[in-house]
Parts: sequence; C-alpha cells; structure tokens
Amino acid sequence: MKALIQVVSITLLLLLTPVSQAIITGELIMIRSEKAFPEAMRTLQDAIRSQGYVMMGVQPVDERLSKRGFKTDKYRIVFFGKTEQNKHLSDLYPELVPYLPLKIVIYAEADETLLVTADPAAFIDLYPHPGLRNVFRQWHEDMLRIMKTVQAE
Amino acid sequence: MPVAVLFLVSLSACADRGEQLYTDNCATCHGHRGVGGVGIPIGLKSFLEQTPDEYLHRTIRVGRPGRIMPSFYRLSEDEISAIIKHIRSWKKTDIPQWQGQRIRADAAKGQQVYEKHCQSCHGKDGKGGKGTGKMFSRPRDLPIVPPALNNQGFLNSVSDQMLRNIIKHGREQTPMPSASELKLSDTDIDNLVAYIRSFQITLVTGEKILDESPILIYDSRHSYAETISNIKKAVLKQNYQLVKAHSLDHGLVPAGAKSQTETMVYFCNYDVIYDALAIDPRIGMFLPCRITVTQNNGRVQAMSINPKRLSQLFNNDELDQACERMHETYSVILKEATQ
Repeated sequence: MKALIQVVSITLLLLLTPVSQAIITGELIMIRSEKAFPEAMRTLQDAIRSQGYVMMGVQPVDERLSKRGFKTDKYRIVFFGKTEQNKHLSDLYPELVPYLPLKIVIYAEADETLLVTADPAAFIDLYPHPGLRNVFRQWHEDMLRIMKTVQAE
Repeated sequence: MPVAVLFLVSLSACADRGEQLYTDNCATCHGHRGVGGVGIPIGLKSFLEQTPDEYLHRTIRVGRPGRIMPSFYRLSEDEISAIIKHIRSWKKTDIPQWQGQRIRADAAKGQQVYEKHCQSCHGKDGKGGKGTGKMFSRPRDLPIVPPALNNQGFLNSVSDQMLRNIIKHGREQTPMPSASELKLSDTDIDNLVAYIRSFQITLVTGEKILDESPILIYDSRHSYAETISNIKKAVLKQNYQLVKAHSLDHGLVPAGAKSQTETMVYFCNYDVIYDALAIDPRIGMFLPCRITVTQNNGRVQAMSINPKRLSQLFNNDELDQACERMHETYSVILKEATQ
C-alpha cells in the first residue's frame, strides 16, 4: 500500500512538473534573456554551433546605424546554416533561397536581450513540398533548443 | 511524510507552471514581472488594481489585432488561468469584480469630450499612439504607447465599468490623468465610455489566414550577368546603397568552390531601416534587403522575400503599411531588372 502511494505521488509530481514550452506566437519564436547582450550573443553563437550549424555571418545593424549618426543600442542579425544542406536545398528548391540562410535577430533592451526568429514550422505552409516537411520540422526543433539555451538562467 | 513533501512540491510545480508559461509567452514583450517593453507594464499596481481577471483572460485569448499582441488561441483555459495567477502574485491588490452592465449614455457628446481631452494621446477615432513601447534605448516621447481604444481585441475584453474606472481615476505611473484633473463630470465620463464603445464591431478570433505568397519572383529576359547588373542599377535608382553581392554558400566554402548559379545582391537605406525599427524592433527579420538571381537550365529568375507575407507574422498594422511600400520597391526593382 505504501509503495502504491509512493508510485502515485511520483506520477502526480511528474505530471504536474512544468514542461518548458516553446515561445511561439504561431509564426514567430521570441524570447527575452536576462543575460546582457554580450553574454547572450556568446551563448547564442555557442548554441548554434552545438546544434551542428556553421556561423555564416553577423550583420552589425547597430554599428552601421551609429556610423550614420543614428542613436541605437546593440542590434545584430546572426546567420547560420549547414553547407551541404544549403547547397542541396538551393539546388532542388531555388524558391526557398530568399529565406536562407537561417537567422536570428538579437538586440539589447537595457540590460536584457531579446531574440526573435521566424518559426521554421510556419514554412511548411509557405512551401508545401513533401521533401521539405522534415527539414522544416528539424529546423523548428533546432531553433527551439537554441533559443531556450540563451533564455536559460 | 514523503507524500506530504511530494504534495507540496507538486503545488510549487503548479505555481512554477504559471511562471514558466508567462516567461515563455509574455515576458518577451511585457518583461519579467511585467515591467514592460514592447508591451505595456502590466506589473504596475495601478494596472492590477483596475483590471479584473476576465479582462486578462479575454486579452490573452483574443490579443490586439494589428497592435502586436497576438491572440494566444493555442493556450488552454488552464494555461491562461495559470498565467493570470502568476501575474497576480507580483503585487497584493484587490481584484475588481465589476458587473458587466452596459453604460447607456450620449456617444455624440462623448466624442466631443474625447476630441478635447483624449485624442492628443489616443489618436483620432481611438487609433492609438504610434510605434511600439520600448525601442531599444532610443528616447521615446511617452513611457507607454497610448493604447488603441478602437482595437477590437481591447473592446471585446474591456467592460464599460472598467473603462469608467480608468477614466475616473486615471492610471498612476503613466501619463493617463484622472477625470478630476481634466475636470470631467460623471456624465462626461459615461458619455466618453459610450463613445469608445461605439467603435466596437464583431471580433473574429482564432488562427490567422496568411494568404500572401512567400516570395516575389520574376523570369528574366536577360542573361544571368545582365540581370545581376540590372538589379544593381535598379537598386540605385530607388535610392538604396549597394552593399555586396555573393552566393548563398559565401562563408561556407572556399572562393573557388562557390555556387555559379545564384547571386544575392544586398542593398540598404539606413533612413528606411531606422524608421522601420521605430515601428517594430523585430524588423531585423526582414533584413538584409536582398534580391537573389538564379540560373537553372538556361532559365534566369530574380526573387526576393515578399515583405507583405513576412509582415503577416507580426500583427502590426503600422508595419503592414511600411511593408506595402517595401513590396512596391522590391517589385519595381525586380520588374526593371528582368523585363
């Protein structure tokens, strides 16, 4: 009887433990990180690499705006991809190229950092090719892991 | 004893669930503990004192169409309740329990009051202030963007009694004054509520229909090299600066191994970017401005994202207007370069 109660209690505990959800509005994935921008940026790039992607570049929007006299805080766009996958996709589905490579927008808001990206799962409706469905699903999972890594305390 | 401990832990897990749901769905815009950001500061004591749970529930459910706050139609009733419970945990306040009676008053007279006292912040016909809340450290005129009172999500969430209360008492720690500061009578307040309520029409909620095509694409009558050259000329004619041109695999493969069948032409206008960021700080998703030229079995095409399609992800009417203009710019460039 005691063992049964313990099993039921543990089961209840597992059921009630919050499972971290995706931060998805339906089409965008957005997070707020309590990390300051420099640390969030480092964490983001590490998280991207840990998912097997190569960093393809960073667009320093803030630097270019500042050079032209605009007042702005840190604002960057991080591009990443997988060499073979990009080649394969651009050869077979050239109409997908305008949305490649993958990117995440990262910007400071005071001493916190915001990140936003398009949810790759939304691409399934944009590009209803059967051959792309699994690609978009994998990107969706990878994006969630990357974003949650930056969000984590 | 172990069961009691597990019970307490599971209760804690419920509370944590609300916090996690808030973090995942709300904190990006409203900030941790509701300090505000792109979204309003819902952690203000004055906000929580004036806001019944029904308003919070409806707001989460229907969002603010065209004003960034999405409809969280995917959240269950339990999840919304958990979020509300978490929001309430920030400050100990009484939760208003107003009845839902409509206030019958003179909307025409309310319009006169509105135009005299409210329009300067809340905009003509209740369309709200421009731009988003925080704009990543750039100075802004007001600590909170005045809400759009004609927004159907707002009108389908707020009761007349709540409206009355806010107008009567104002909202501390925001620029919203009280009725006594504006020397409004109770009749003025009721008329104002009737006027605001007159904006309401039927609200359709749920999953959005995203109907624009994802890309703009044109077949070119010219060769691959000519099309690339034409793109560059057309970009300059539209007052954009050329930034660079390279293939998708740039940065991934050695120079000699790069694709010979696609070239991306990048361009920029920093005034346009700066103005766009004031509308919505998330517009980096549209950047960089870029047109791709491809050649495949003798067929040359030029293509770009469709800004109108991407804009549909943002639920921001102001951004939609800017994207209409961007769509036009891209279309002009593409047509000139390919025809």
